[in-house]
Amino acid sequence: MANKIPRVAVREQDPAVRATNFEEVCYGYNDEEACLEATRCLACRRPRCVEACPVNINIPAFIAEVAKGDIAAAAETIAADSSLPSICGRVCPQETQCEGSCVLGVKGEPVAIGKLERYVGDWHLAHGGGGGRIAAANGHRVAVVGSGPAGLACASDLAKMGYDVTVFEALHKLGGVLVYGIPEFRLPKDKVVAREIDTLRGLGVRFETDVIVGRTVTVDSLMEEEGFDAVFIGSGAGLPRFMGIEGENLNGVVSANEFLTRANLMHAYDEVYDTPIYVGKRVVVVGGGNVAMDAVRTAKRLGAEATIVYRRSEAELPARREEVLHAREEGIEFRMLTNPTRVLGSDKGWVRGISCVRMKLGEPDGSGRRSPVVIEGSDFDIECDVVIMALGTSPNPLLKRTTAGLETDRRGCIVTDDAGATTRQGVFAGGDAVTGAATVILAMGAGRRAARAIDEYVRGKYSEAK
Amino acid sequence: MFRIVEKKQLADNIYKLRVEAPRVAHSALPGQFVIVCTDEYGERVPLTIADYDTSDGTVTIVIQAIGMSTRKMCALGEGDALADLAGPLGNPSEFVNIPLDELRRRRYLFVAGGVGTAPVYPQVKWLCEHGVAADVIIGAKTASMLIYTDEMRRVADNLYIATDDGSEGFKGMVTGKVRDLIENEGRHYDECVAIGPMIMMKFVALTTREYGLPTTVSLNALMVDGTGMCGACRVSVGGQTLFTCVDGPEFDGHKVDFDEAMRRQAMYRVQEGEANEKHKCECYGK
Repeated sequence: MANKIPRVAVREQDPAVRATNFEEVCYGYNDEEACLEATRCLACRRPRCVEACPVNINIPAFIAEVAKGDIAAAAETIAADSSLPSICGRVCPQETQCEGSCVLGVKGEPVAIGKLERYVGDWHLAHGGGGGRIAAANGHRVAVVGSGPAGLACASDLAKMGYDVTVFEALHKLGGVLVYGIPEFRLPKDKVVAREIDTLRGLGVRFETDVIVGRTVTVDSLMEEEGFDAVFIGSGAGLPRFMGIEGENLNGVVSANEFLTRANLMHAYDEVYDTPIYVGKRVVVVGGGNVAMDAVRTAKRLGAEATIVYRRSEAELPARREEVLHAREEGIEFRMLTNPTRVLGSDKGWVRGISCVRMKLGEPDGSGRRSPVVIEGSDFDIECDVVIMALGTSPNPLLKRTTAGLETDRRGCIVTDDAGATTRQGVFAGGDAVTGAATVILAMGAGRRAARAIDEYVRGKYSEAK
Repeated sequence: MFRIVEKKQLADNIYKLRVEAPRVAHSALPGQFVIVCTDEYGERVPLTIADYDTSDGTVTIVIQAIGMSTRKMCALGEGDALADLAGPLGNPSEFVNIPLDELRRRRYLFVAGGVGTAPVYPQVKWLCEHGVAADVIIGAKTASMLIYTDEMRRVADNLYIATDDGSEGFKGMVTGKVRDLIENEGRHYDECVAIGPMIMMKFVALTTREYGLPTTVSLNALMVDGTGMCGACRVSVGGQTLFTCVDGPEFDGHKVDFDEAMRRQAMYRVQEGEANEKHKCECYGK
């Protein structure tokens, strides 16, 4: 059956206006728009979207409920598989997951599953959030390390099972990468992230900020001195990579993590806050992922001319398609098939430009993407006063160094089984700390899986004791 | 919130705050630092721990009010609270992991400059408590800027004062006193630890290199998170780029690229200057 209704366009801030502010780009669907878009779903008997979702949300079911106008039911359907719909609806790479598999996408536009998920999530938060049955307190305590998506999801499920959960966060604000990494214009902090955290507080979850597990306390001290029955590590992948090229320590070269942390966590763009940020007149961001897009669009909003430099072609950009599109609309310059070789400095040690070479695509590499090859003799310089390196991140080695028996692989990722159990008894892990930098939804899914494994472990421990 | 239980002015613009932070006090070791936010708008400021007491769960920090954030911090009084105090961060001083019998055969020389005298104190105190002898040189521009002399006298084997103007002790720079001890007083040292302004550490390291005296320095690089996330604290040590927060803050002083470190420290100075002016106007202008 052909679908006659075109995909309902979502309302967005005008690009010229939004390139000067930090308000959210996308306004999301209203009730009528959501209902209309929901009627486009064909309710496939074998829905490919569900298979393509990392946590297998029952997509046709929640969309049918939206079409009927029963948003509470839709929220309940999503909640069976996902804890953070308001967030995932905004930041999931839908084009390679649910929407990428939608049958409607073969000939036309797929159902806007992400926007519908966001609509349901926001409706739920606006109507008090929470929900899900809460079991009676069982008296067992679990410590969660990190308040990012993995930790929040794990804490939420454990609290609903009746556990006494404390989340330890190293920074002074809760939310992990949702707060320090993803900018306000993509994920509003007060409207969405803070409310999700309030929902957890409502479930009885305790939060302690300024606690660096591995320094302030250790996994051992939590289990042996503070009486936690199990520990979940969701400490993410926060260590930035640099290229190792000449001039990288010049003043004006920063990691995307530093740049975004100053802007997002420390609100450096707001005069009321004390933290400085240096933007200069012309910013070059090296990289092609979501973090690179976040950094370049933040630089643009702070008044700089901003350019992306990426060594492969546009087709290989790992960022969400929507972010690339939004960046283009906002006037970001894209220099594809370009790789930096050296950062150029002034005699005072400040960045004055970046030397690059042009690349061409060669044979496919291990990742299946065609690997970039240098075109000899194609060197050229780009003038700029700030270079932001957005080359990916790796897990922090602190927990491995301070936790006996916790195995990691050669990339520094914590080794776990499918359920999330580490090599150390009673210690579980999930999210970027295990996989390396990945997505919010995968981290959320891993946190929930680990919650079930922790429940099984703690029950086992106490039934043996009897 | 972290309550200030004691505040004391030590010298012009230098204040000591003793703050309730039981978890940090319990885990702290010499050489480590904390990150402090005065209030929800404040910067995350890295400060070396000047003392810690597990019995009452307090941590002592010493602050020189030079920028807007440090001035805001110093404007707080006893009973007020700091919004955040996270730590202990960084690695403890190397000597805490050296077997005591080996450590007791070594003779340490500490060179402390200005506000950097405060973090030298817990190191010398730890060594004193473990029966390891250490001499200390404290340097300042003038006698009124000296801090921690009484405390240091109690834990140091020998304490030497050096002032630029000769108003107390040796007249001249700390590097002059290092030379004086080694050349004129025939002292022998196995290890030197220098903590103070970057420029002082650079010249102490240059001096001790002449005598082949291994020297550790504690760097006060710019940081945002202090846990390895931002990379603002990158420093070149022996040609390798390291993070001060997770690889340091103590490094081999003979391998640190001090010129680069000083240049990087000045990265936000223009903006800080502007913020200072703005803050002054808001505080005193009306």
